[in-house]
This record gives sequence, structure tokens and C-alpha cells, in this order.
Amino acid sequence: MRVLVSIKPVLDPSMKPRLKPEGAGIDLNQAKRIINPFDEIALEEALRLKESGKATEVVIVSVGNLQAQETLRHGLALGADRALLIQTERYCSSLMIAKILKAMVLRELPALMFLGKQAIDTDNNQVGQMLAGLLNWPQGTFISRLELQTNEIMVTRELDEGLETLKLRLPAVVTVDLRLNTPRYASLPNIVKAKQKPLTVITLESLDLSLAEPNYKIVNTSLPISSRKKIKVNSVQELIEKLKKEAKVL
Amino acid sequence: MKVLVIAEYERQRLKPSFFSALTAAKQLSPGNEIDLFVAGFECNDLLQVIKKINVKKIILVDDKKCEHQLAEVVADLISKVAIHYDFVIMSATTFGKNILPRAAALCDCTLIADVVQIIDPATFVRPIYAGNVLETIQTSEKIKFLTIRASAFEPTLIESDIEAEVECIKEDLISSRQDIVFISSELTEQTRPSLESARIVVSGGRALKSKENFKLIEDLADKLHAAVGATRAAVDAGFISNDFQVGQTGKIVAPQLYIAIGISGAIQHLAGMKESKVIVVINQDPDAPIFKIADYGLVGDLFQIIPALINELEKCNKTLT
Ligand SMILES: Cc1cc2nc3c(=O)[nH]c(=O)nc-3n(C[C@H](O)[C@H](O)[C@H](O)COP(=O)(O)OP(=O)(O)OC[C@H]3O[C@@H](n4cnc5c(N)ncnc54)[C@H](O)[C@@H]3O)c2cc1C
Repeated sequence: MRVLVSIKPVLDPSMKPRLKPEGAGIDLNQAKRIINPFDEIALEEALRLKESGKATEVVIVSVGNLQAQETLRHGLALGADRALLIQTERYCSSLMIAKILKAMVLRELPALMFLGKQAIDTDNNQVGQMLAGLLNWPQGTFISRLELQTNEIMVTRELDEGLETLKLRLPAVVTVDLRLNTPRYASLPNIVKAKQKPLTVITLESLDLSLAEPNYKIVNTSLPISSRKKIKVNSVQELIEKLKKEAKVL
Repeated sequence: MKVLVIAEYERQRLKPSFFSALTAAKQLSPGNEIDLFVAGFECNDLLQVIKKINVKKIILVDDKKCEHQLAEVVADLISKVAIHYDFVIMSATTFGKNILPRAAALCDCTLIADVVQIIDPATFVRPIYAGNVLETIQTSEKIKFLTIRASAFEPTLIESDIEAEVECIKEDLISSRQDIVFISSELTEQTRPSLESARIVVSGGRALKSKENFKLIEDLADKLHAAVGATRAAVDAGFISNDFQVGQTGKIVAPQLYIAIGISGAIQHLAGMKESKVIVVINQDPDAPIFKIADYGLVGDLFQIIPALINELEKCNKTLT
């Protein structure tokens, strides 16, 4: 059983995003990239399926420019068997990414497609759901538990109201939440070994998808404004007094 | 502008986040060309309430196949109805996020997620990078699928004396899926105001150290008629269940008063609460980053401060009565 995991390189969240002048977007030159933390959890789950003998191959896939190879190498060092980069310099909407991933799913024919529930840069939380729709596959989103049985999976989803458990017949799409597992670190020997693993670069054009440009454009990016009082109080009494008389929220 | 809003409810009661989506719909269609879409099973009680909302039409799917509102079934139905609208809107709740992207893709449309401001019917603002950056998007998409951030749109109930007309979807339009089965759900018992609608939220972090100690946060919340929130660290450590997590990947709240106790202020947590009107921080480390967004900060040990706060609030209440 093959498992496919999508990987997105994102800006290291410990770094503040830098804006280009005049709201022209975010300056990602020289910014340190990491594997999107949710994708890392997705990969970890796939690797565990392989280690327990339930999956036979873990393939990772990313869409983007050649820089993404570095992130994919990291995924290989974590334990993926091979990597695919769909190379493009184009700006891709979530829908475009979902269409590209669909093409890769039809080529690789995995039983399970893993994605992170969201990327921590654009916070869109939509590619997995779109992909599942395009494939007409069942979807298990925001999962914190996964159990693979023959030909089906049981997943527990984290909802605003609590938890929900579903049974999905394979093939299926799942998007993972934080509490599914704790990802491993790449060991030094595995980092060395990863250099020998196959990383295939496929140009987007060669997929022949006739992807239209998105029907939207980002016209501005800006920093939110916030002004806080930053008043230090010295006692519980003073705090309550301020909340009552000054802030008028009690 | 024709707008379709998807109803979100729990135990036959509409959720506050749905009324926020309605507010956004109203902004997009001042002429009130708003229809509602309701999917479920045996939703008669719900329907009685929904009928009184001032909209043109209610599109109802009341069928066993919609009982658990599975995305595979509901998104498919929404995509069939959506073609008649300029906008399709839900709140960016786990329910909305599960369903609407799938429906958008089925219509070959993009979706603008987590909208916090509508500039005009083609221009929207949404936060990215955990709320560190705002992005303005202009769209010419034929059907504009939007999820809106409920905390940014005051929920409104638009009532009317005239009952909206109800259109029932034909049974043969509802897909039957053999590849997905609902097994169970564990919904958290609501014993206090919900995070999404409370005026005051009291949140605790890792510093509480145990589930037993976390009761201190709950006691303080009860004194203030507040909702309880938590950081990821507190949820991961098992002090409280996942649906109390506030942050980039949990719930986004913007109450009148947010009290953060024993929380360091990681950007992922701030993303979920920094739009609160007034922020109070209680932390023993005067250099904790969360003080940077505090209106009122109190440095000290929470294990002394919380009991003192509860005590003081009790005293205040006594003098009032
Ligand atoms: C992909 C990703 C997504 C995430 N999403 C979220 C999210 O949605 N929400 C979220 O909250 N986090 C999220 N996190 C985690 C986040 O990065 C932080 O790790 C987390 O918020 C820290 O929680 P904390 O403040 O409770 O713990 P800590 O950072 O450990 O802070 C504890 C604080 O308590 C103070 N303290 C200790 N003892 C006392 C005492 N006795 N009295 C008073 N103060 C005391 C300390 O000074 C410290 O400031 C996410 C992380 C990642 C990687």
C-alpha cells in the first residue's frame, strides 16, 4: 500500500514575516524555511504506517520552485522513500494546488493521501478538502487519531464542539491535526542516507493540466495595528478596580 | 447580489457563528437577497426558528442521508445549489472549513478563507501568518465562496413576521455514499458560556501544571460568568479537551475581556485572542512576551493570585447585594 504526503516549505514561525514595500507581498528571500509543522505530523503518521508493516511506500510531494528540494530532502531524511517536486514559479491558489495534487494521485495511485490541515503561512485550511472533492474520495479532516484496518480507516476528528469518529473506505484523503502524533527528528545517518534517495523534479507544464490563473489577486499586504495600554498593576485589588472603573468590562 | 448562507447548528439550535455569517451576508446584500441552506435529518424544530429569520428562501434538505452532515454529501448538494448565487458563505468553524472548500472545488471555484473584513463585494481582508500580516484580496470569481471569521462579525438576528418560503431538495439529488460511515461523536458538555460567544474568557496555560489545578481557571471563570480557554500546551498535557484551545489552530476569540494566566504568549496563541477588547495578563515572568499585548499586567504567582482574585470578586459581589 502506497501513501502520499504533501509537503509545503513555510517560513520558520519563529521569524517575523517581512513585508515588501508598498504592500507588495512578503519578502521570502533569505528567509529560513521549514517543513510546514502539520505536514511533518502527516509524514510522521505515514512513516509509522510503514514501520508497522501496513504501508509499503511513503512518497512525498511538493509544488513550488527548486528551493523546495531542500525541504523535500529533509522529508527524505525523516524517512520518506522518494520525493516528487512539481516545479513551477507560478503563484498557485489552493484550488490549483489541489488540481496538481490530483494529477499526482492519479499517477501514483496511493491508498491514502495525507495533508496537513493547514499551512502556517497562508492559514487557508482548504487544499485537502478540495482535493478530496476533485477526486470524489471520502475525507477525514483535522484528525487526531487514525487506525488502519483492511481497506478502511477509522479517524477521530477534532471539532469545535468535541470529537467525531468516522470510518472511511480507502482510497481516502486525510488532513492531520496537532495531536495525532509527535514527529521524530532526522538522525545524522538518515540525513546522509537521504542524499541517495530519489528526488524527481517534474515541471508543471509537463503535466499538461491547462491550469487557469486564479480569478483573484492579492492587492495589498499590511501589518495589523494594535495599541495596548500596557499598564502594570501591583495587586489584585488594583486590577479589579481598573477593570471596573477604567476599562469598564466588569 | 444573491447570497447563500449555510446554516450551522448543534442539537437543533443555530450557532452564534451562523448569525455572524448572516451579518456578513447582509453586508454583501443590503437588498437582502439572502437564502439559507439547511441540511439535516428531522429538522422540524430547527426549521420553525429558521423560518422567522428575514431571508427570501430556505433551501431544505431533510433526509436520513444528511443526518451527520458529512462533507461528502452536504458539499455535493451545496455545489449543485451554488450555481444560482453570487456568494456562498459559512463561518470558518470546523464545520465550515470541512465542507465549503470541498463544495467550492466541485464548482471549480476558489475560496477566500477566514475573512475579517468586507471592503466591497469583490474585496476582502484576511489574516495570514498567524495574524501577523493582513492580506487584501480582490476577486472576480463567478461564485464567491467565503468563510468568515465569526469573531470579526457581530452576530445579528434579523427577525421578520413573514415566514420565508421553504424549498425542499429532491431526494434523488442527495448522493448515497458507501465509502463513509459516521461512527460516533463525543460532544463536550456545555456547562458555561461558550468560547465563541462569551463576553469574558479566562484562559490557562502550561503553568497550571495539572488537570486538578486547572480547576482554578474554571472557578475564576465561573465567578465572572466567563468561558474557559487554554493553550495548546495545556490541551496537550490533558488539563482540558481540545475544543478549548485558543489560537492559530484552535478557536479564534475576541471577547470584551480576555484574561491570560500562566501563558507565555507564543504567536500561535496570540493569533487566537489578540483582537480581544481588553487583555489582562497574569504571569510570574515579567519578561514573558504576552505582556507586550497586555492592557493590564500583573506579575506574580498564579497559585496565589487566582484565589485572591476569586476572594476579591466575592467581596465585591457581597457589597453589591
Ligand atoms: C503548528 C503549531 C500550531 C500551534 N497552535 C497553537 C494554538 O492554536 N494555540 C496555542 O495556544 N498554542 C499553539 N501552538 C503552541 C505554541 O507555540 C506554544 O507552545 C504554546 O502556546 C505555549 O503554551 P503556554 O503558554 O501554556 O506554555 P509556556 O510557553 O510553557 O508558558 C508558560 C508560562 O507560564 C508562566 N508561569 C509558570 N509558572 C507560573 C506561575 N506559577 N504563575 C504565573 N505564571 C507562571 C511562565 O512564565 C510562562 O510564561 C502551536 C505550535 C505549533 C508548532
